[in-house]
Amino acid sequence: MNVTIMGCGRVGAELAHLLDAEGHKVTIIDTDATSFDKLPPDFGGVALLGRATDEEELEKANIRQCDAFVAVTREDDKNAMAAQIAKEIFEVPRVICRVYDPLREEFYESLGLEAISPTGLFARLIKERLEK
Amino acid sequence: MYVIIVGAGEVGRYLGKELLNSGNEVLMIERDHSICEELGEELGSVFLCGDGCEVALLTKAGVARADMFIAVTDQDDDNLAACQIAKQKFHVPEVIAKVNSPKNEHIFAKLGIDHTVDRVSLVLEHIKLQIPMFPLIHLLSLKDRGLELVLVRILEHSPAAGKAVKDLSLPDGSVVSLILRMGQECVVPATDAMLEVGDQLVCSIPSGSEEIVRTGLSVPA
Repeated sequence: MNVTIMGCGRVGAELAHLLDAEGHKVTIIDTDATSFDKLPPDFGGVALLGRATDEEELEKANIRQCDAFVAVTREDDKNAMAAQIAKEIFEVPRVICRVYDPLREEFYESLGLEAISPTGLFARLIKERLEK
Repeated sequence: MYVIIVGAGEVGRYLGKELLNSGNEVLMIERDHSICEELGEELGSVFLCGDGCEVALLTKAGVARADMFIAVTDQDDDNLAACQIAKQKFHVPEVIAKVNSPKNEHIFAKLGIDHTVDRVSLVLEHIKLQIPMFPLIHLLSLKDRGLELVLVRILEHSPAAGKAVKDLSLPDGSVVSLILRMGQECVVPATDAMLEVGDQLVCSIPSGSEEIVRTGLSVPA
């Protein structure tokens, strides 16, 4: 699979590492070069400095050849915008974006994005643990 | 009318003030606490401090009964998110977004935000109006009609110089509506009016045909 990840934070870097280790073709984009320090030394993918809310920069990242696009910066609005550009302009088959605001998760789902709210997910997980 | 404005920067604040003065109900949503304090002192309690993209805050702001929703922050992703939520979740009838980067305008349109104001292009066109060598300047986009109002300058060696208005090669649906000539009064052009170097024409042309107009009227091929 050819995957582009936007945001090289803890989740982005870990996901990039996991996919890369399994032999997938990974491109990770971030606006901060130091964020790439989180990638393991043997990371075989491409780390690209740039803004994934910018159409031209996504084009440079070969988004057209992508099978999946994942937006996991810490800003909901950036994730949602980049994810929609990937889906609507570049027609990437699978697009997943992180949305911290749980009320917006459903909304972006209604726009056809796969939105995941770690807030709701994590709260439910903790609750389940407590109830065990 | 109930108007909600997200972003109380220069644009948001002046707009809010004008809308208030013309008797509208206005609510400004601003993330920066110090700006909110200033707003309070200047305009009273017409603001809500917080993130204008949060569904909970927008619910509290009464977006569902708003007649108009305008997002004018300096972040395009924020303006897009706020407007999409207002339009698609709360069904606000009129939604307008400021676009800070001109390349995002078509993205906003594709994602359902029809009314955008492209700040950079507006300033740019106004500057070009002051610089005589620019052959074509956008004055106004009439997007719902698919038309652009443009100013065309007949420059030296222009193919249009010496031609009559009716003989100009213009895209179908174009109208030459005004000729501005140095030292003369503005005239609504007759079809046999002859054009001269130095003339400025106000035309309405179909959107997307700017290049044809530019080469056909103003700049020698």
